[in-house]
Amino acid sequence: MNSILEAKNIDKYFLTPTKFHVLKDISLQVQRKEFVSIMGKSGCGKSTLLYILSTMDTSYTGDLIIDGQSMNNQSKDDLSRIRNEKIGFIFQFHYLLPEFTVLKNVMLPALKLGKEDRKTIEKNALAKLDLLGIVDQANKKASKISGGQKQRVAIARALINNPKIIMADEPTGNLDSKNSEIVFNVLRSLSDEFDMSMLVVTHDHDFAAKTDRIIEMEDGYILKDKMEEI
Amino acid sequence: MDKLRLILDISKTHLLAKKKQTLVAALGVTFGIGMFIIMMSFMTGLNILLDGLVLNRTPHIQIYNKTTPTEYQPANKYFDEVSNINQIYSIKPKSRLDRIHNALPILSELKKNDDVLGATPQTTCKVFYLSGSNNLNGVISGIEVNEEIRLFNFNEYVVKGDVNSLIKKKNSILLGSGIAKKLSLSVGDNIQITSTNGTNFSLNIGGIYQSGLAEVDDIQSFVNLKMAQQISSAGGNYISRIHVKLKDIEKAVPFSKLIENIYDVEALDINTANAQFDTGSDIRTLISYAVSITLLIVAGFGIYNILNMFIYEKMNDIAILKATGFTGKDVMYIFILQALVIGFIGAFLGMAIGYGGSVLIDNIKFETEALPTIKTYPINYNPNFYILGFIFATVSTFLAGYLPAKKAQKIDPIDIIRGQ
Ligand SMILES: Nc1ncnc2c1ncn2[C@@H]1O[C@H](COP(=O)(O)OP(=O)(O)OP(=O)(O)O)[C@@H](O)[C@H]1O
Ligand SMILES: [Mg+2]
Repeated sequence: MNSILEAKNIDKYFLTPTKFHVLKDISLQVQRKEFVSIMGKSGCGKSTLLYILSTMDTSYTGDLIIDGQSMNNQSKDDLSRIRNEKIGFIFQFHYLLPEFTVLKNVMLPALKLGKEDRKTIEKNALAKLDLLGIVDQANKKASKISGGQKQRVAIARALINNPKIIMADEPTGNLDSKNSEIVFNVLRSLSDEFDMSMLVVTHDHDFAAKTDRIIEMEDGYILKDKMEEI
Repeated sequence: MDKLRLILDISKTHLLAKKKQTLVAALGVTFGIGMFIIMMSFMTGLNILLDGLVLNRTPHIQIYNKTTPTEYQPANKYFDEVSNINQIYSIKPKSRLDRIHNALPILSELKKNDDVLGATPQTTCKVFYLSGSNNLNGVISGIEVNEEIRLFNFNEYVVKGDVNSLIKKKNSILLGSGIAKKLSLSVGDNIQITSTNGTNFSLNIGGIYQSGLAEVDDIQSFVNLKMAQQISSAGGNYISRIHVKLKDIEKAVPFSKLIENIYDVEALDINTANAQFDTGSDIRTLISYAVSITLLIVAGFGIYNILNMFIYEKMNDIAILKATGFTGKDVMYIFILQALVIGFIGAFLGMAIGYGGSVLIDNIKFETEALPTIKTYPINYNPNFYILGFIFATVSTFLAGYLPAKKAQKIDPIDIIRGQ
């Protein structure tokens, strides 16, 4: 029982504009400390799957188990709490609160969790920003930094509560190769040092090649999952 | 506590980021509350003024001699009604003197009563005012000046001269302003009067009395009680009216009934005397409440609109907060708090503006012959209006914020994120 995330027979339909079977019988596992990447053509359902796995989307059939706990009959508030504590999410498009400072953006999920006092949280947030090489931007407004910097702030935010698993939707999509390298290394070392699992959607073959396992998707199916081959 | 602080923190950032909109929303409340306070202060100020005009000078109970015919007619004594049908046509009251029978004992008993603040006798006599070849009909009342001042603010209606001249000089008169005008007399002049039985008196004008009601000021003058009794050529027990002021005006009706039961007199209570007046001031109060509440409701809609817009603009923020673990309730509180902050700012500004506006109106000159005691527009500085305004502001902003906030609670972050 070493899997941090387990999905069994997940099906999802979009009903509008026409009934559309977007995810078809998806089953997968992510182990502790494992760094998994998901690849596939645009529109094959990667983001949709990630929203379900991150508990944000609840309209699907099938089972989802995170850290040994079934998500099937949880209330919305409980899901929020689980998301806050156990999952770090990095969106396809950097999603920051534009009116808040970079530092505040990173701190908010930890303040919500409320396990540490403000001082500690601020210290941790600065440490995460430092890790991503943007600590000098800490007191700028989030709307006043570059796209690549925003992406890294979003990563720092996903890390703040030391989640069990980080899910990322094309975290390096907007970054040059040097910055993608930085991001990859950060995620890699997190997974090694802090026992975090990674589930990363990417179009970048070089990036994917460096991960532990690649899951390939096509038209709502899992086409190839290297773990199954082993 | 930490949770509240976090929510406060987020709300503050949102509000400060949109200072202009926050201010506009708050000003909507300010306008509503400010107008409410000014309206209420002014309208009730006016009401109190008008009430005071009547209540201050009107005795709670007026006692005078009965002039209605006795209900138990002598015929009933001899032919009992059971076996006879007594039908007497055109009954007339018995001719009686103007004076109250046993006035002095009644007066001293009333003064001893615990419910009574004071009772004062008056002697009224009809006279002619003479000046040169003019003569005018009129009425002179003899009063106890000090008691009239204490109980009925009599001094406020003496617009020229000295109210105390009645005490200092026996033949002093406070002449009705209408009479003074018609006879072109002023303070210090002498006036001749003729009583109903033809005696002439020469009186010195010690002051001018002006009630504001022309029909009174054209006939009514005041002299000392003793003087009036002399004009009526009657003794010291000749008293035609007793005016009573109670400690509690609400007791006027039962107390007047009591007086009528005990003594052989007529007692008119203030409610009966001024029935139409009460209705008037009730309706004025009602109208001012209706207008003010309408203003506040309009302000409430303004807040609703702006908060709705706020939330529409903050869709992304809502999605992010929810995606990173904030619950729907957290998000709802964030927006309700913003509404409340807008409400508080608006309410405080509104109270300030309401007070400022009231002070301004209070200082506007308002002089009219009808109201000799009034110099500026009346304002009632009642703290209740401020409290009420504040409560209404917070309640209405809460309601106006609640609906959009509830909407924010229900927003599905996935919908927003996909929409990008
Ligand atoms: N709200 C929706 N209603 C209906 N269909 C949708 C909706 N959202 C996405 N889809 C469809 O579902 C499919 C999967 O979309 P999804 O966003 O998961 O793709 P993706 O694999 O993440 O693509 P990309 O690599 O471009 O981000 C697409 O064909 C898309 O058109
Ligand atoms: Mg996608």
